[in-house]
Amino acid sequence: MDKFLTFTIVGLSTAAIYSVIASGLVLTYTTTGVFNFAHGAAGMLAAFCYWQFHFDWGWPTPLALAMVLLVLAPLFGVLLEMVIMRNLEGTSETTRLVVSISLLVAMIGLSVLIWKPDESRPMARFFQSSAPISVGPTTITWHQMVTLLTAVAVALGLWLVLTRMRVGIAMRAAVDDRNLTMLTGARPRRVQMLAWAIGTALAGIGGILIAPGLVLDASSLSLVIVSAYAAAIFGRLRSLPMTFVGAVVVGCAEGYLQGYLPQSPFLTGLRTAASVLILFVVLLVLPNPRLRGRIRSREFFPAPTWSGALGFAAAMVAGGVILATTLSRPDLITYGQVFSLGIVALSLVPLIGFAGQVSLCQLSFAGIGAVVMAHLGSGGNPLALLWAALIAGGVGALVALPALRLSGIYLALATASFAIVLDRWLFLLPRLSVFGLFEVSTFNQGSLSVDSLTIFGMSFADPGRQMILMSVLFALAALLVVWVRRSAFGRILVAMKDSEAACATLGIDLLGTKLAVFALSAALAGVGGALYATQLGSISPGNFDFVTGLPVFMMTVVGGVGMVGAALFCTVSLYAVLPLYSALLPSIARYAVVLPGVAGLSLARNPGGAVQDIREGFLPLRTSRAGIGATVATVAVLYLLRMLDVLGNWPFAVLLIVVPMAANAVVQGLSRPEKAEEPGADVPLEWRGIVRPWTEADRIELDRVLGVNEVEIHGAT
Amino acid sequence: MARLEVRDLTVRYGGHVAVDGVSIDAEAGCVTGLIGPNGAGKTTLFNVVSGLLPAQRGRISLDGRDVTRMNPSRRARRGLARTFQRLELFSMLSVRDNVRVAVDSRRSWSRDPGTAAEATEELMARVGLTELADERVDALPTGQARLVELGRALATRPTVLLLDEPASGQDDQETRAFGDLLGEIAASGVAVVLVEHDVGLVMRACDHVYVLDFGKVIASGSPEEIRHDEAVLAAYLGTGVGVRT
Repeated sequence: MDKFLTFTIVGLSTAAIYSVIASGLVLTYTTTGVFNFAHGAAGMLAAFCYWQFHFDWGWPTPLALAMVLLVLAPLFGVLLEMVIMRNLEGTSETTRLVVSISLLVAMIGLSVLIWKPDESRPMARFFQSSAPISVGPTTITWHQMVTLLTAVAVALGLWLVLTRMRVGIAMRAAVDDRNLTMLTGARPRRVQMLAWAIGTALAGIGGILIAPGLVLDASSLSLVIVSAYAAAIFGRLRSLPMTFVGAVVVGCAEGYLQGYLPQSPFLTGLRTAASVLILFVVLLVLPNPRLRGRIRSREFFPAPTWSGALGFAAAMVAGGVILATTLSRPDLITYGQVFSLGIVALSLVPLIGFAGQVSLCQLSFAGIGAVVMAHLGSGGNPLALLWAALIAGGVGALVALPALRLSGIYLALATASFAIVLDRWLFLLPRLSVFGLFEVSTFNQGSLSVDSLTIFGMSFADPGRQMILMSVLFALAALLVVWVRRSAFGRILVAMKDSEAACATLGIDLLGTKLAVFALSAALAGVGGALYATQLGSISPGNFDFVTGLPVFMMTVVGGVGMVGAALFCTVSLYAVLPLYSALLPSIARYAVVLPGVAGLSLARNPGGAVQDIREGFLPLRTSRAGIGATVATVAVLYLLRMLDVLGNWPFAVLLIVVPMAANAVVQGLSRPEKAEEPGADVPLEWRGIVRPWTEADRIELDRVLGVNEVEIHGAT
Repeated sequence: MARLEVRDLTVRYGGHVAVDGVSIDAEAGCVTGLIGPNGAGKTTLFNVVSGLLPAQRGRISLDGRDVTRMNPSRRARRGLARTFQRLELFSMLSVRDNVRVAVDSRRSWSRDPGTAAEATEELMARVGLTELADERVDALPTGQARLVELGRALATRPTVLLLDEPASGQDDQETRAFGDLLGEIAASGVAVVLVEHDVGLVMRACDHVYVLDFGKVIASGSPEEIRHDEAVLAAYLGTGVGVRT
């Protein structure tokens, strides 16, 4: 009984923290419609600030608390609303998701920048030196008491604000109908800013209360708060009372697991993964939403052509050969991941770009592929790649099956929670025998060594050969994705993204289609992961965890996730440009951690993605055969010069970038005079006289189109 | 036996009864009209019949077979197709590919003669979209976009076709041509159900008309009978106003 009471108190105080954080999340979600993945990170930053003021600089507790919770956190919330969230109105759910995840990544980067992660930063609990209060047979610490009282105060305060104060009522009205609220004279903008200020302050309270019980570490602290998301989902992101109920369920479940779960290496991870499992289960039992009608969005991705796809594939292989023959061995290892992780990024294209299904666990599928490769690919057996595809694809389908009825933010949360369950539990398990039938093993509580591939007796242990092989496989995978897009299945995927309702009424099996695309995408990610593992040689769970996977997701979407080029954009920017930048400018290299986040934030302004802009910029060159021929020939000559050591690596690299741009400019310059011969031939009739002078020829054409002459003839007779 | 039989169908949103004990029949080879003021429950009825919304009470059968519990996709495979009042086109695809998606879907459950590409061209010719085949559907004016939806629905070779305001956004000439097309579709043995605000088109194209008001059927009969029905004149057109066609 004592034990039960003790762990009830532990559970309730955890619940109190979750409820405070989750209510902040609900507040911001309901007033702006943005699910803030960075909510936990705001709590994390608050905890770090509090540590800085109170423990490092020695400010008195009340002053430090006031500074963080009453000044910095609300200001930060208002800033977020004004600079970022406000621009998200009318954007697609994927875009909002990417922006808030980018914010999470940027904030983790920011904290790493300010507070070096390798130092230890102990944080004392509140009133740590005071003796605990005894409650019957057990005791309750002052910190727990403070936590519980804070939660009660927050609940009461929110209730008062939302039901008794004008601004709170305006807040609730803004949730119902923003435009209508505006008509009644309320100012929804101000209300939203207030909601973000309060929400961020609540995240701050949660962060400061939870941090002393954990290690003050940026990414783990940002993610611990995922448990609070489970509480918010109980309230379906809308109801505050249900959110509090959810917090109690999650908090107590964690408390009792801590007290009663038997000691076993198989179950250790379950304790930390419990809240995420609860999140997954709650998502699955949410009432079934109606089939989605058409979503109007600003994004448009043209269907790829075979000529373009083959050109892309050839360029990839050529790039692989050039890199393999020009780079030094250490550089080959640094940049070798571009193509293998490119396949993982490519797996997002059919799933998000074509089918509109969000997944945040692609790197976890890659991890599964890598584990399969480690276990079955001894001696570099390429058949293991097939197994990696099959097993990752199967797991993908298995995850998708319950998650399919979800969409948008709920699907994102479900896949995120799957990734976190793998990170915290399944990837940490020792070898496991399933009913004595067969054995399953993941990382065996350590790292695994992976042999490099050997195909038809040819070893690919050399990083140069690896680079070429990976570029060929990436090119093949890209062609596969293009083939999918151009097939009947691809058209159905794109159709489903636009309108599930219309697809259903045409007899299309939505469940089967979604399952197939999830399996395909997971299989592709699995192969990418397996290939990546053969390059690394030794893999550990950290290579494939949730947080590591976020930049891949973000940058692919930023690239324009409906197009194959986005995968290249993603990996080149993450695994080539960033390392290169750090190598060139070591003094500011540490600022690189913030860059992917900042890039993701730009998406709000350009939802079509960067690759489309690049494609459009190169339109003159792409449509000129002579131009392409000349460019390829020049590159070939440059490569020859490089091979003969006439050119060094740096001039060669710079010329490789300059040549296509120059060729594009030349082609554009040459084609311009042709256009000038026929001024405005392509100007639509209704614009003539506005964008260029009106001519007699235009009058005749207008008469012909309107049939004016005939009318006159009728009139005359 | 009617191709589509709806019996005693009731749909509630919270406390509001959107469709209240409605029974209608649609016969093969006929165009059945469904008219009524805004908010009468016409689109809701379509959504329930096609399976996008659940019914609280009642029965829907296609060719005598109860489909009330089936999902939209299975109903479609049993011969039900529809268009949408608020267009639900696949904006990333061309006109041709919009139709092609439906042709491919049809071929996943049924063997049809010829290739999918031929079937697609044939359908586009039938609804008069051949010249626009390579256009993006987003670029089309509403009237033509509605034809794409019609072509797409026909691609599943339906036995029952629900058309939700297919003529809105069309000019007079287009509407007249559309009326003829409707007649042709019905003549091929399809039971067509038409929700339409253009009273002229309804009176000209329909063989039988139901009038809905506040979720209930207040009258049914031939266009001629409906034209003189007192309840209809009162509810739908306002008392004392005659219908001119």
